[in-house]
Amino acid sequence: MKHHVSFELNGDPVEVLCESEQTVLDVLRDEMQLIGTKEGCSTGDCGACSVTVDDRLVCSCLMLGVEANGKKITTIEGMAEGEKLHPLQQKFLEHAALQCGICTPGVIVAAKSLLERNPDPTETEVRYWLAGNLCRCTGYDKIVRAVMDAASEMRGAA
Amino acid sequence: MQEKVGNVPMDADLKWVGTRQIRPDGMDKVTGKARFGADYNLSGQLVGSVLRAPHAHARIKSIDISAAEALDGVKAIVTGTDFPEQESKMSPAGEMMVNYNHIRTTVMATDKVLFEGHPVAAVAATNQTIAKKALKLIKVEYEVLPHVIDVLEAMKPDAPVLHADLITAGVSPAPTKASNVANRIELNKGDMEKGFAEADQIFERSFDTAPVHQAYIEPHACLAVVNQDNQAELWVSTQGHWVVRAHCARLLGWETSQIKVVCAEIGGGFGGKTVVYLEPLALRLAEKSRRPVKMTMSREEVFRASGPAPGTHVKVKIGVKNNGKMTACFTEMMYQAGALPGSPVSQGCMAAYAPYDVENVQAIGHDVVSNRPKVAAYRAPGAPMSEYAVESVVDEIALKLNIDPIELRLMNAAKEGTQSAHGPKFGPIGLIETLEAAKNSDHWKAPLGPNQGRGIASGFWYNIGGQTTVSVVLNEDGSVNLTAGTPDIGGLRASLAMMAAEELGVEYNAIQPVIGDTQQLGFNFLTGGSRSCFSSGMATVEACREIAQEACKRAALIWEIPEDAVMFEDGMVRPAGDNAGAHEPMNLRDIAAIAGKTGGPIVGNCSINAQGAAPSLGTHLVDVEVDPETGKVDVKRYTVIQDAGRAIHPGYVEGQFQGGAAQGIGWALNEEYIYNDKGALDNASFLDYRVPVASDLPMIDTIIVEVPNPNHPYGVRGVGETPIVPPMGAISNAVSRATGVRFESLPMSPPKIRHAIDAARAAGSTDLKM
Repeated sequence: MKHHVSFELNGDPVEVLCESEQTVLDVLRDEMQLIGTKEGCSTGDCGACSVTVDDRLVCSCLMLGVEANGKKITTIEGMAEGEKLHPLQQKFLEHAALQCGICTPGVIVAAKSLLERNPDPTETEVRYWLAGNLCRCTGYDKIVRAVMDAASEMRGAA
Repeated sequence: MQEKVGNVPMDADLKWVGTRQIRPDGMDKVTGKARFGADYNLSGQLVGSVLRAPHAHARIKSIDISAAEALDGVKAIVTGTDFPEQESKMSPAGEMMVNYNHIRTTVMATDKVLFEGHPVAAVAATNQTIAKKALKLIKVEYEVLPHVIDVLEAMKPDAPVLHADLITAGVSPAPTKASNVANRIELNKGDMEKGFAEADQIFERSFDTAPVHQAYIEPHACLAVVNQDNQAELWVSTQGHWVVRAHCARLLGWETSQIKVVCAEIGGGFGGKTVVYLEPLALRLAEKSRRPVKMTMSREEVFRASGPAPGTHVKVKIGVKNNGKMTACFTEMMYQAGALPGSPVSQGCMAAYAPYDVENVQAIGHDVVSNRPKVAAYRAPGAPMSEYAVESVVDEIALKLNIDPIELRLMNAAKEGTQSAHGPKFGPIGLIETLEAAKNSDHWKAPLGPNQGRGIASGFWYNIGGQTTVSVVLNEDGSVNLTAGTPDIGGLRASLAMMAAEELGVEYNAIQPVIGDTQQLGFNFLTGGSRSCFSSGMATVEACREIAQEACKRAALIWEIPEDAVMFEDGMVRPAGDNAGAHEPMNLRDIAAIAGKTGGPIVGNCSINAQGAAPSLGTHLVDVEVDPETGKVDVKRYTVIQDAGRAIHPGYVEGQFQGGAAQGIGWALNEEYIYNDKGALDNASFLDYRVPVASDLPMIDTIIVEVPNPNHPYGVRGVGETPIVPPMGAISNAVSRATGVRFESLPMSPPKIRHAIDAARAAGSTDLKM
């Protein structure tokens, strides 16, 4: 039996019918066709499926779709405002902070969540916050630089 | 060496090459729109799922699919008999040797399962739940056989034999009995006896490296459809869609032209996506069901059943004069091939002493099968293990002879004109330049803290060229479309667009580069061997030069002067010689506007077998701190120095350096496949197979050395693979210098470090520093 689930997705109210066993990741990808949230492991170890639920950073593969009911979910697709990229997105491009790009949506969502809590993180704080997001291509160097640079720009703009 | 005509000098004033442009595919990737392997869907698609063997080694007595077939929602089932038999014959395919009998056996077991996770059957069903239910209904009767995992165990005379017909090749006279040693290779240069006789001292050690996985974050994924007219289409995450097409056509018994393969964005490969696993299964299921079939591996399946890198055992013996000059270098190595022959042991042999100019060299390699998944390429396949062993002994020599490790390497370094043991005489190579840069770096001069050690190691990788096609179209408004065929894993489209913009004298943003599908271009060998920027770059330049020439021809027509009286310069077509100044120069937009009236569309096509790939050498510096209580090693500082030939996009060159170093750090300190006594993998998850995370690593500094490759118009060398070669040696040397104990086994995990320190203490070692 399918469940009727209503939640807020990237600022818009949505309704969906989902199976009991479907995760939020499944709902986003298979029911909402939002493919920006990636599946890398489905066990909560890689962070490729990072989204925020009521402003909390979660692995969407570890949360059931039915649990989304009444919640506010933000994905990578909700980060740019119209034609304007979020500073994190812009800095990832400028710093060449992605190679294959599969981890990038999850890393950017996680980094945004960090900067909402800590607008002036140290390098160590960035590294520990992003420790749940695996990247196999970059060695994290340029990712950390992009996040620090975006934080700096966002502080300047505030 | 003489530079080729048409090469762009290193001191040329360039507008785009060497700058840091934003990659054309970047916008889609930071906004979540980019489509990777699992991001394609078609209406009515089925879910394909694989039944995998629970045993490391077993005979399949029977497979009964009747109950699964009867389940509602199951649309097709395939087993080994759905794929035609293939002749067992090795044929070269770029970096790898290909045997279609072996590929078929890897894709789907027939009479035996050879590793835990070996596919036995696959189903296509209307959803995942039904597919899983169907897998449980397939009854497979096994006769479990004794198994063997470790490479040295597999070589023992009483080891369980995987293939009853496997007779060791490369041994004369040929053995009469089957064994797990598929091949013995030998590489010789000079006279070993003489070389060791000349030595004042001989250093000898043996090393073991654990099997590791490429651990790309994107699991294998594809979507297949086969129409009623038997035309097939496949969307797939791969390093080479023409290679996928070739493999699938052969495995399915189809014509190549029946299959169109579209290369999805690829979420990491590192060599692991140069082979096929799901693709032939998905196509056969799609053919049987006449419905689209989507297949994705779980992370667990990726670990259990996709190509890892071999575990190895490597012996090293080096003879030196007391002044540090090497006189003889010997190595013997045993590499796990996995369930079927074909480990990268020959590359291991060839690379082992490539950074050194030594008169007498011998390398012996054994390709050994065992009950693991067939290995796939992993970044500089085969080289990291043998060079780790050699670089460890080189460091020991430096310590014992009290010579600075950089000076020791400089004294013995390979350079232009060095006759390599594996064949070629080196052209210009940048090893000495990387060592000099290391010596002059702040890192090398910085003080060390307590419990810290500094390690250095160099590394070599050949790089390849190969078959490549690029098409460049000058659009009617003067903008440019560029279609290449080597999958872009780390910024290739940016580099190609930069070279095209440079050649055509247009803005970088005027070039729109894409990776075309197999219908759009001639054959392209896969992205591997660090070849994509080299080969597709070369083809891009040639295609652009064809456009420039055609532009001159069109202008000559309009101006009514001979074609050779027109020149192309800085994006402008100008009358030259006697006609100089006689006509108003035209830019490519002007030419594009008159293309229709002067002969039709202007297109540059280049199909080549790119020759002249040049090796890239690098030197890594690392500082580690060892916790004497826990044995944990922290990497405190890391510098990668490597010859890029010319860095087209320095940001993505640095990215290759940093990424390779990070993978090497994981290989050195954490990563290993752990098998239980049943031959099953015990750590098939990212929680238990621990790749480096952000908090494990420091910033990774880079120094790009540029010794141009004379065979490429911009001097490009491949840079992607070399960076994973030096880290294990550098880190092992750093740990050894910090602790005073020489380490001979990877990974250097905390228990091993603790154990080695305790053992050295118990033995009363005077070298022990903690």
